Amino acid sequence: MKLLRKLLVATAVAAVMTTPAQAESKRIALVVKALGIGFFEAAAKGGEEAASEIGDVELIYTGPTDTTAEGQIEVINSLIAQKVDAIAVSANDQDALVPALKKAMQRGIKVISWDSGVAKDGRMLHLNPSSNPLIGNMIVKLAADHLPDGGDVAVLSASATATNQNIWIEEMNKVKDQYNGINVVATVYGDDLADKSYREAEGLMKSHPELKAIIAPTSVGIVAAAQAVSDAGKAGEINVTGLGLPSEMAGHIESGASKSFAIWNPIDLGYSAVMLANSLIEGAEAGPGAEIEMGRMGALTLDDNNEGAMADPFVYDASNINDFKDIF
Amino acid sequence: MSNQHTHATSLPDHLNPRWYRIISSWEFMLLIVAIAIFIVNSFASPYFLDPWNLSDATFNFTEKALIAFAMALLIISGEIDLSVASIIALVSTAIGYAAQFGVSVPMLVLIGLAVGILCGAFNGLLVTMMGLPSIVVTIGTMSLFRGISYIVLGDKAFTSYPAELAYFGQGYVWWVITFELTLFAAAAVVFYVLLHKTSFGRAVTIIGNNSTGALYSGINVSRIKFILFLLTGLMSAIAAICLTSRLGSTRPSIAFGWELEVVTIVVLGGVNILGGSGTIIGVVIASFILGMVTFGFGLLNVPGIVMSIFVGLLLISVIALPRIWMKFSGTSH
Repeated sequence: MKLLRKLLVATAVAAVMTTPAQAESKRIALVVKALGIGFFEAAAKGGEEAASEIGDVELIYTGPTDTTAEGQIEVINSLIAQKVDAIAVSANDQDALVPALKKAMQRGIKVISWDSGVAKDGRMLHLNPSSNPLIGNMIVKLAADHLPDGGDVAVLSASATATNQNIWIEEMNKVKDQYNGINVVATVYGDDLADKSYREAEGLMKSHPELKAIIAPTSVGIVAAAQAVSDAGKAGEINVTGLGLPSEMAGHIESGASKSFAIWNPIDLGYSAVMLANSLIEGAEAGPGAEIEMGRMGALTLDDNNEGAMADPFVYDASNINDFKDIF
Repeated sequence: MSNQHTHATSLPDHLNPRWYRIISSWEFMLLIVAIAIFIVNSFASPYFLDPWNLSDATFNFTEKALIAFAMALLIISGEIDLSVASIIALVSTAIGYAAQFGVSVPMLVLIGLAVGILCGAFNGLLVTMMGLPSIVVTIGTMSLFRGISYIVLGDKAFTSYPAELAYFGQGYVWWVITFELTLFAAAAVVFYVLLHKTSFGRAVTIIGNNSTGALYSGINVSRIKFILFLLTGLMSAIAAICLTSRLGSTRPSIAFGWELEVVTIVVLGGVNILGGSGTIIGVVIASFILGMVTFGFGLLNVPGIVMSIFVGLLLISVIALPRIWMKFSGTSH
């Protein structure tokens, strides 16, 4: 009993001694799906950049070890306990995090989601890396940039029922006439399978001898198509472009099968998330139509769902691929 | 300590005095570790000694500990159930499916419990009737139960639950005492009595020490093992209801990997992984230790992988220490 009482006194004293050690700076937590993923490590780099640009911000980069909602909830609970000023989360589950994040907001913490969103009730705003119209425009622009006189292009998509790809292609078709002489001759589906995409790309080259570019708005399709073009000895002749990952595309940029491609830039994404969180701490109000500052990335305009798109997808080519191929 | 033997006997049944047995016990050492972690945490973070924070932190272990109690009995009897996390997934999926049709909360709970018991019965039948090793059976059902969830849900989620269901995982009984913590305490008492104060509990220990001997002493080994699997299924279902209520959504990946965390609690609690011995008090203290370690590390924003390494080291030393202790003290239990 005596021992116990001593221990209690000791802990009480410890508590009193340590509580006033509060830092003056604002603390913003960047919560990712799981630690050790290149994409998120790059986002953290962008977050650090934003934090040092703002000055009095301490960035807490954290996340669970595997991509589970339960793990993220434990992380969020410990952030609530630390009374951080803001939480910016890329969610493993758009619904399961809502109760925990609601609790955070009740305790005065600003909550935003980025990359992978949280249902509307669980956050103040959501930052999308890009938007469907921006992506649709970008994929055709990538092809047109290297075809000043126009020419035949074909689309190699994922499956015919893939929602994202279908929306992007639809958006692309809306704007393609703005690009001089670009003629979309076919749309084929590789079902996001490497071998099927490869065969479909081969088929495109055979049936359209004048083909100048293949647009693949899928990371599986773009690699398979670039491989098919290389194997057919047409690298430099047919340009493969679309959406892909730098780590998978580096070789094809080098061989010339792909001159450029696009995907969101995780560094900009992490930077913008931290900037937005800081804007909210500084008193910005999130609501439909609001414009929230995000530093060098401009301002985020929110739609009726309190969501906004950061920017055009980021273009990767021979000039910058080496900086990104090890990141994601 | 009123539960000591009161019958008059001239021969002592233990050679060491009682105080020595207490302080050399596994549970006492765990308690010291728990207090040490508590003190270290209090010094390390100014946010640790906050009643609400500590209350939030109990969610780190309550659901897993509920299963750990039943798992402890199962492991003491010499069996194991690695399908518990998958039972959670299946129970949660069943509740979510039923909730779509506007089923009332009491019915949802009953459905959940029934599914959990059925899963336990399935495991138990395969082990006791077919005589298959439980580790193999439950690795199989681990894939089977979660597989059904994947078939039902795919990449979708059940998210529409009645608001009253939230009480199980988010409700407070009094001040900072959550419903889950109350359930944890109640389960601890029930399992303490079951293991240490009933003939059933004694039979469980005997089976774990010598299954054949137990059989020849007239213990219905198969029936007791079957009941233990049912109990594990039931406790998994209760944990599933709490977790579903806390998350407010069901995905097939729910509670992924929890079976190992449950076994970790049991083994850290001093239950012999080979069966035959263990206490509920040990499991209770081990739950608190793991909960405090994860919460304390979380407060310091220690990356999760460092936490896993720490828990791994803790587990290895927990298994190694008694052997070292026995070697140097020259005694064996």
